[in-house]
Order: sequence, then C-alpha cells, then structure tokens
Amino acid sequence: MIYFDRVTKRYPNGREALTNATLRIEQGEMVFLTGRSGAGKSTVLKLIALLERPTRGVVIVGGKNTVAFTARQIPAFRRSIGIVFQDHKLLMERPVFDNVALPLVVAGTPFKEIDRRVRAALDQVGLLGNERALPQDLSVGEQQRVGIARAVVSKPQLLIADEPTGNLDPDLAVEVARLFKRFQEVGVTVVVATHDAHLVQELKLRQIVLDHGHVEGAEDDTLPGIVATR
Amino acid sequence: MSSALSTYGAHHLQALLASLGRLAKAPFGALLTFLVIAVALTLPLGLELFLTNVRAATGGFANAVDLSVYLKTDVPVAKAEQLAKNARARAGVARVDVISANAALAQFRAYSGFGAALGVLNSNPLPNVLHVHPAEDAKSAASLEALRSYFAAWPEVDLVQIDAQWVQRFNAILDVSWQLLLVTAAVLGAGVIAVIGNTVRLEIDSRRAEIEVVKIVGGSHRFVRRPFLYEGALYGLGGALCAWAIAAGALAILATPVAKLAKSYGSRFVLLGPSPQDLEVLLAAGIVLGWAGAWISATRHLRRIEPRA
Repeated sequence: MIYFDRVTKRYPNGREALTNATLRIEQGEMVFLTGRSGAGKSTVLKLIALLERPTRGVVIVGGKNTVAFTARQIPAFRRSIGIVFQDHKLLMERPVFDNVALPLVVAGTPFKEIDRRVRAALDQVGLLGNERALPQDLSVGEQQRVGIARAVVSKPQLLIADEPTGNLDPDLAVEVARLFKRFQEVGVTVVVATHDAHLVQELKLRQIVLDHGHVEGAEDDTLPGIVATR
Repeated sequence: MSSALSTYGAHHLQALLASLGRLAKAPFGALLTFLVIAVALTLPLGLELFLTNVRAATGGFANAVDLSVYLKTDVPVAKAEQLAKNARARAGVARVDVISANAALAQFRAYSGFGAALGVLNSNPLPNVLHVHPAEDAKSAASLEALRSYFAAWPEVDLVQIDAQWVQRFNAILDVSWQLLLVTAAVLGAGVIAVIGNTVRLEIDSRRAEIEVVKIVGGSHRFVRRPFLYEGALYGLGGALCAWAIAAGALAILATPVAKLAKSYGSRFVLLGPSPQDLEVLLAAGIVLGWAGAWISATRHLRRIEPRA
C-alpha cells in the first residue's frame, strides 16, 4: 500500500527531516510510526498525503508513484485517503454535520447519500445525534472523533493520523486507538504517528521507529516486488 | 453523465447560496462595497444618459444637416433634373430637391427686399441648385465630407456647401463625448475589477483556515475558487443595482427643473431615464466585471494557500 524508497526530505530552512528512509506498509495493515518529536513522523505522513513533496526518492501510495503527480492530480488523490490531525483541523463555527460532510461535498456526492453516510460515520465514532452541535461546544475527545468521522466518511482505503491522541488523557487515547483498529479490521490500511509508548504497548502492533530522520532497522536496499503505475 | 451534470449544477448552486449567505451575514460591509462599485458605474451611466438627453433635446436641429450643390450657371434645368436622379442613386442620400434658377430668383425677389433692383438684370445670375438631404446613417462629419467631395468632383458642379457647419461641429462634439464615455467606462471598469479583486483577496485571507481544510480533504482549485467567483459577481450585480438606483434618484431630482427650463424655451422636452437596454448593459457589466475581478484575485491568491499539517 505504501512504499518509501530512499526518501530524503529537506525543508526550505535546511533542516533534513528524513534521510534515505525506506519503509513499507502492507495493504490492510495498521502500523504505528514512533520516535521522538522531530524524528520525522509527521514528515512521513505529510509525504504520504502529498502535503509535502520529497527532496529525493520515491513515494508510492496505492500503487501510484506520487512523486510524478501534478498539482492538478493532488485533490483527487487526497479524496482517496483519510487524514486525522492532532489539532483535528475542524471548522469550529460550522456544525458537526457540515464538518463531516465536507469530503463528500467536495467529491460531489449526491445530497441524500451525504446525509446517510455522515450519520453512518458519526455512528461509527459514537457521536450520532450531535450533527447540529458546533465543534467548539464539544470536548477535546469528541472533537477528535469528529475529525476521525470526517476522515472515514468517504470510505478511504487508507487512513493516516498524526498524533491523534496527543491531546487526550490515556484512557481516551486507547479508546481512540481502538477505533482506528476497528477500521483496520474492515480492511482499511491505517498509519498512526504517535510518541505515546503506552498506546503502542496496549495495541501490540507493528512499529516503524524513526530516529533523526532514519528508519531504524531498515535495510538500505530496495524491497522487491514493488510495481508502481502513474 | 446526467448525475455528474446535476452534481456540477448542485456545486454551483451551493457556491452561489454560500456566497449570498456570506454577504447577508455582513450586510453593512457588503453595502459599502456595493456603493464603491456603484459610484464607479454611475459615472459612465450618468454620462450616457446626459448624452442621450442632449441628443434628444437637440434632435430637431442636430439632424438638419444638408448639402447645397450649386451647379455651374450654364447647366440647364433638364440636366439638373437628371443629375438629381443620379444623386438619389448615391448611397447615404435620402432625398434630393431641385431648386431651379428661376424658382430661386422668384423666392429671392419675394423675400430679400431687392425685388426692384433685381428687375434691372436682364438675365438670371443664379445657378440651378440640388438640395441634398443625407440619410439618417450618413450624418456623421466623415460621411458628410465624403458626400461633399463626391458631388464636388462632378464636372457640372461649381460648389458644394454643407449647411449649418456649427451643427456639424456640435455633432462632432457629441461624437467626441461618446468616445470620452467609452474611455471613462473602461477606466472605471478597471477600477471596479480592482475594488472587487481586493475585496475578494481580503475575504480569502480571512478564510484561510477554511480553505486549507477544504484542500486537505481534496477540494480542487476550482471547487475552492467557485464561491469567490460568485461573490465577485454578486458584488458587481449589487453595485450595478445601486448605480441604477442612484441614477434614477438623480433623474427624479432633475426632472422638474429640466422641464421648467424646457418650458421657458417653449419645448415640451422631458428628461429620458435609462432604457431597458441601458439597465441590461449595466447589470451585465456589473456581473462580468465582478466575476473578472474575483477570478483574477482568487486564481492568484488561492494558489498560495497550501495546507500545512
């Protein structure tokens, strides 16, 4: 599903966030990206979502070489993945329904369909009945779950989350992580960046550990069997 | 296909409603923008109305342009009649009257007061004259001049005189004024584009976070830009409606004094308001200029906004 081949990312300020990183995440797998702050976890996710482009190397997502994407191709690509942010990036002055519906509206989904799927997504995160509430009136944990509902409402095959539990207390964090696990169980590939060791222990999933922009334990050679199309 | 089309339509409707909603949420700010645009649109509209009214008020004499074609004295009346026939065939000529030398002399004798003196002459010194009335579409200075040189080139013609040169000058001034109107409209139109472009830029800046979120969930450049285009068009339309209201108000104020003035000259002239076509052009101009201003601004500024996680 995701394959990084010797990817280096240097930001305009000169900081090198990833150095020759090679990693592979299988279809239907759920993995944790771990490491200290600044180890390059967010950069990996940004490269997957095309929020950043690599300085060097190849990033393949869903069999597509994203490095070759033009600016025009990016919106459609982003519609095919779900993204959850630590600060959830909700529109605080818009009702929960509008926030969750946004990916469907952008994709041109018929209105009837939108209504049904928004309710289904809210149901999955346990927030059904809060459609008219404003995010600012919800708790932090609820806001995060609205963000997750928005990420999964268009049924993406890939869900990525950047520190989704960073602002939550430990119990709530585990609950949110289990929520992600449930999406993995129905076939969604899930990548969660976290520095929460407790969470990683609790769920016992594969970890990709980053340290100063390097993938720990990775072999430097190209992994076999990768076929990419544009 | 039809569902894709209806989705496309729904997107547009949505963008339009969202833009309307935003204007309604900040009515005072929207009104200020409308007024700025209205002032820029009222000026050319006012000038256009002024010129239309001047033309209407002076229509009677401004149209009284014609040419007197003096034939050589040795050209007989029969030949003059034949030349008149040829003249009628020329494009841009509406009517040709032949004033024979005898008729002219009789008239001169009757009205000039030189009757007795003229009796002394043993021959008629006056030539036969063709009185040429140009067609409605041939009354510009240029086509009158073309007619003049056309007739002047005939061998039987002694002199061609365009009557009432001052009328011609007056018409030339009107022509220049129309050009001025076009220039004014172009300059102020550019102003409207700039004003709306700037308004849209501020709007984009204030909604930066929202735009980022829409781009994160995969909103295309067009999708993000669309509501701003509708907003620009609505600003233009609102401004045009205000301009029309301002013009209508000004006309209402001027109507009575103008009627008084016209009456003092024994005229029954009434001030003309904007015609339905004027209104159509005004509204279309407002919408197009608004859309254009928003397009330029949104295309430029939205590209800079990229989501940062």
